[in-house]
Amino acid sequence: MSALFDDKIHTTLADSKLQLAIYTATGRLIEKRRKAITPEGCPDYQELRTHANAVKRHTIDHLDYYLEEFARNVEAHGGKVVFCKDAQEVADFVLELAKERGAELIVKSKSMTTEEVDLNERLEHHHLESVETDLGEYLIQLAHERPYHIVAPALHKTREQVADLLTERLGVARETVIEKQTMIARAVLREKFLSADIGISGANFLVADSGAVVLVENEGNARLTTSAPKIHIAVAGIEKMIPRAQDLGVFLKLLGRSATGQPLTVYASFLSGPRRAGEIDGPDEFYVVLLDNGRTKVLADREKRESLYCIRCGACLNHCPVYRKIGGHSFPWVYSGPIGAILTPQFLGINHEPGLPFASSLCGACAEVCPVKIDIPKILLELRSEVKQADQRQGTGRLERMAFRVWAWVMRHPHIYELAGMAAASLAPTADGGGWVRSVSSAINPAPVRAWLSQRDLPPSPPKSFRQMWRER
Amino acid sequence: MSRDHVLHKVRTALGRSAGQPVEGPPPARLTVPEAGIEARIESFRARIEALAGKTHRAESMEDARSYVADVLLGRSAVASNAPILRQCGITRIAGVESGITDRVRLRELCSTAACGITGADYALADTGTLVMLASPQEGRMISLLPPTHIAIVERARLLTGLDELLSILPRPAEQTSSMVLITGPSRTADIEQILVRGVHGPGEIHVLVV
Repeated sequence: MSALFDDKIHTTLADSKLQLAIYTATGRLIEKRRKAITPEGCPDYQELRTHANAVKRHTIDHLDYYLEEFARNVEAHGGKVVFCKDAQEVADFVLELAKERGAELIVKSKSMTTEEVDLNERLEHHHLESVETDLGEYLIQLAHERPYHIVAPALHKTREQVADLLTERLGVARETVIEKQTMIARAVLREKFLSADIGISGANFLVADSGAVVLVENEGNARLTTSAPKIHIAVAGIEKMIPRAQDLGVFLKLLGRSATGQPLTVYASFLSGPRRAGEIDGPDEFYVVLLDNGRTKVLADREKRESLYCIRCGACLNHCPVYRKIGGHSFPWVYSGPIGAILTPQFLGINHEPGLPFASSLCGACAEVCPVKIDIPKILLELRSEVKQADQRQGTGRLERMAFRVWAWVMRHPHIYELAGMAAASLAPTADGGGWVRSVSSAINPAPVRAWLSQRDLPPSPPKSFRQMWRER
Repeated sequence: MSRDHVLHKVRTALGRSAGQPVEGPPPARLTVPEAGIEARIESFRARIEALAGKTHRAESMEDARSYVADVLLGRSAVASNAPILRQCGITRIAGVESGITDRVRLRELCSTAACGITGADYALADTGTLVMLASPQEGRMISLLPPTHIAIVERARLLTGLDELLSILPRPAEQTSSMVLITGPSRTADIEQILVRGVHGPGEIHVLVV
């Protein structure tokens, strides 16, 4: 584990206000989802998951076919498809288009994919104003932070912090009433929508048989982003594909319920191309940027390919006992929680943060709630094994390997095991009154073990071992 | 350029070759329950009202017109070009602008009007959803910019749910560049999970079933 990862975790754990904010928000989201998937609310919930998994598996296994079908259909409706291999190509495309059209102001609706490629920073570097319009995203953009959560980006901010932020960045009078804070943001952003030259959105789904981009949201900012400016650019990872519009019957029901406990979000937009002859409004130009940025690498790995089924509902974050303690900003990249723990090493390489696949109790809650049934714990285990193999190649982790070899040898020899047990019992610390041991003397606590023990209490050592009791029975 | 590059990488990763065909995806899973019109209307109204939307069952076109006039109370409104609005006489209510076909003018009116009045192509009973297809009759801004949205739905357009919509409209892109499903007023819970309505879209929604 890198010192930075360790440090961020401890900072989060030490902040009691933040702990409460994370715990409360994720707890509410858990409760909302639970109510939305009851047998009355969604009788076929498990069948929907199974079906969604089958559709995603089929689509991802034949992704080249659906990408081509999608591109043909977008173009048939007068839109353009731009394939980009990395972040730089996305920024270059947007910059070039903005330059050609003389655009100065861009409005953005929430998109993890554009976060992934740091699009705002890249555009601002070239003096293009790019404004996030989802309320939570707008707040974290004002704070120069990254999203704390896939669906609730400002989950960690309290109303007091929002009040300070709005006063500091917008120069408005301090306002701590959430309704009023929201209306301040609405007024600022309404102006932006009406004067923006380009709207950039993400995509929740790409629909191959329609050449359509599907966006779900509750605020209306994605609708404004995609229909007020004359140019709409949707930026999406290539894995967002589904074969048919009819598949939305399964995916929209799962996404809303898993993310926020809604049978359907307030808005779901199905957008296929620029406005057509006779349509009164809508964009004149429609572009879909299809991003690789490491996805084809994941695709090539049969064992872990299912990581690409993710529909970004955030349910695995809410239900993860680790996320709920260490929060979103402890994670080393834009994707946090269990899904972040499997995507980050695969996109950026396992050396980016070798501790990440180990920051899990493998309790399995993530797999249980995943609407497309990604087996996250299995993939975490695969990644752990890759980290260890890399250690071996680099000749590191020798001590650990030796320790486990000794352990294995001891376990194969019952008499030695018993002797070792007696030795450990005599050395083991005791706590007053036979309670749990909360600190361990340094004699049996060398450096590699110390980190492990620092987070754990030990039970008191029993007066007799199991083997002794067995013999005396 | 990158199109070929990316597609090539995808094919290599999957062990597929260019133009290799695909056996169809798993059959679409759409279930359309049996539900009579009365049950659909009741469910639709209950769902919208649970989301703090208002509904009204108009017994006649005149009833619809007078309900809308009561909601407006003389405030400014923009009406779409949906024929139903004209038939109900809603476009003749004082303060209601309609018949707009110019984008710039529509946007100007919508950004100052108190209410936007539209038809709806379909409505979904089990979620309380309006289905709006952009067309010469329906601009996108009318149901989006004004703080209040009033929609008139013909009862024959009330479907059981999303699955029925996708069964009768399997390829929406053949008809429109934009199909939007609207389920209740615009809302956010981005600050401390506290619900606030009307953040970007309309905070108030009235749906009339005629």
